[in-house]
Amino acid sequence: MIRLESLTKVFDTPKGAVVAADHIDMEVPEGEICILLGPSGCGKTTTLKMINRIVKPTSGKVFINGEDTTGLDTQTLRRNIGYVIQQIGLFPNMTIEENITIVPKLLGWDKAKYKARAREMMAMIALEPDAFLKRFPSELSGGQQQRIGVARALAADPPVMLMDEPFGAIDPINRAVIQDEFLKMQQELNKTIMFVSHDIDEAIKMGDRVAVFREGKLVQYSTPDDLLAAPKNAFVESFLGEDRALKRLNLVKVREIVTDEIGTVTPSDTLETALAKIDDYGYQNAILMINERKQPAGIISRSLARTTKGYCRDHFQAVPAVVDLDDDLRKAASLMFAHDQTWLPCVDKAGTVCGQITQRAMTSHLGARYRARQGDDRKPSAAIKE
Amino acid sequence: MPIRSIKGALKALVLFAIFFAGVWSQSSGVIDEFLWYLPDVQYLMVQHIWLTVMSGSLAILVAIPLGIVLSRPKMANVAESLMQVLNVGTTIPTLAVLALSMSFLGIGTVPAVFGLFVATLLPITRNTYAGLKGVNPALMEAAAGIGMSPMQRLLKVELPNALYVIFAGMRTALTINVGTVPLAFLIGAGGLGELIFTGIDLYDPVMMLSGAIPTALLAITIDALIAIIAFLVVPRGVNPSRA
Repeated sequence: MIRLESLTKVFDTPKGAVVAADHIDMEVPEGEICILLGPSGCGKTTTLKMINRIVKPTSGKVFINGEDTTGLDTQTLRRNIGYVIQQIGLFPNMTIEENITIVPKLLGWDKAKYKARAREMMAMIALEPDAFLKRFPSELSGGQQQRIGVARALAADPPVMLMDEPFGAIDPINRAVIQDEFLKMQQELNKTIMFVSHDIDEAIKMGDRVAVFREGKLVQYSTPDDLLAAPKNAFVESFLGEDRALKRLNLVKVREIVTDEIGTVTPSDTLETALAKIDDYGYQNAILMINERKQPAGIISRSLARTTKGYCRDHFQAVPAVVDLDDDLRKAASLMFAHDQTWLPCVDKAGTVCGQITQRAMTSHLGARYRARQGDDRKPSAAIKE
Repeated sequence: MPIRSIKGALKALVLFAIFFAGVWSQSSGVIDEFLWYLPDVQYLMVQHIWLTVMSGSLAILVAIPLGIVLSRPKMANVAESLMQVLNVGTTIPTLAVLALSMSFLGIGTVPAVFGLFVATLLPITRNTYAGLKGVNPALMEAAAGIGMSPMQRLLKVELPNALYVIFAGMRTALTINVGTVPLAFLIGAGGLGELIFTGIDLYDPVMMLSGAIPTALLAITIDALIAIIAFLVVPRGVNPSRA
């Protein structure tokens, strides 16, 4: 857990005092990733660096796991906080192994233990220990270097990590891969992480919580979904972008809005039955046909059912697409658009049909939060003025 | 085709020239004249090397710590102006420095070593300072961020990364030092300068050359020696010659 208590930094510049961080109060619960988000010069990096005293706070306190760090000696404090920076900062004079084991060595681990730890870390970041441990940083690609950077920060197993735009210098394709790897690691490691980013998409993807900064002040601190659904003011709204409702698609799982009621036919039903069912359920275009194991087998279109006679098994079309319960809405929406559908059948892990997702359900789920906000909060014009 | 033949012709020409120079020097007795100076050369060379070793090692022992101290963040205010003073110091001709040290310390080995020490000090200090200041700030932030003490940062991160530049400074400084030692003869410290200056005064080119040629060879040897040490000592990851 990290808790900041009215943490403030004032820089004395020739042009006068500049408040880089103004009474920041926030708390990151244990095991969560908190993204500090904002335009450059908003104080997010200053706030992060005050936690490990790279920047010395003017006033305020930092608590880690409930303990006030003010009394701690700087070196001890830093050795118990993993630190990853954008420029990676691997020591070029040391091998990969020496880079990874540097903090364990500082903490006085014995040789066998830290050597074993280096191999363990390499396995965790999916790099072959024998191939990489004896090499030098300059021999690695940028993506590999930053994986080592993360490994170095994690080597001594600190409860807390600070990451300053860690993936900012990596090309977009590699960045997405590393982000996914990192999230997977985090599921096992359960570290409390503060993470600076200026990329809203990264914040939504990586963050359990997002703190939006502006001109040294913490403007909004909430979950990504809340942030997108209810931006506190016009600044946050404009920072999130016009397409913020679309960004929320990433955050909602199909499971949350699936309706388990779905009308189906079996191959042995007649087309007449199918037409009746289509009308019963009020479907516009088609009905799903399932096989005996309840897996989607095809669709019977309404026009066909009306004009033709026979059995479903002879007249079905291929199922255009199905979504898994654990897919996010972004994938569902993309499939709907790609196949010109207004609904998709949903399947569980075993592949059996367990409901459907409709465009209406998606839009009403996403819209509910915005409507609620406009109803109780304030009028849109008031929000713009702020 | 023509280029290749010209190159070949040049090679042959050079070989012939060397051959005839050898024949001429043998027949005219120049080699014997040089050999006549051999005992002098041996004796003076030891003196020469001794002067270089003393002034050079003294300079290294002072210059590197001085460069380190100047590069510390606490010294940032005075460091730049002090470096300027050192830079001005570099522009004073070595002969003038020797003359000055003679007027304070008399004649002999001591003022010579002191004068050479001053002349050698500056390039090493400057390179040590520049090398340490030039270490990537991201490395320093990472080193601080993972909890290294200032001393650990210096020994494990700053010095290894600045070492190549520091060695370059030592190489320049010591090569110049060897080339400057002949001037020490003028204040009575001996060295190969004895043959060079006496040879000039007596208008005896063979005597002069038997001082000058070993001096030049010494300078080249020292340069190569430090290059080899740098190759071995500078960590592989930051050593351009071992990349």
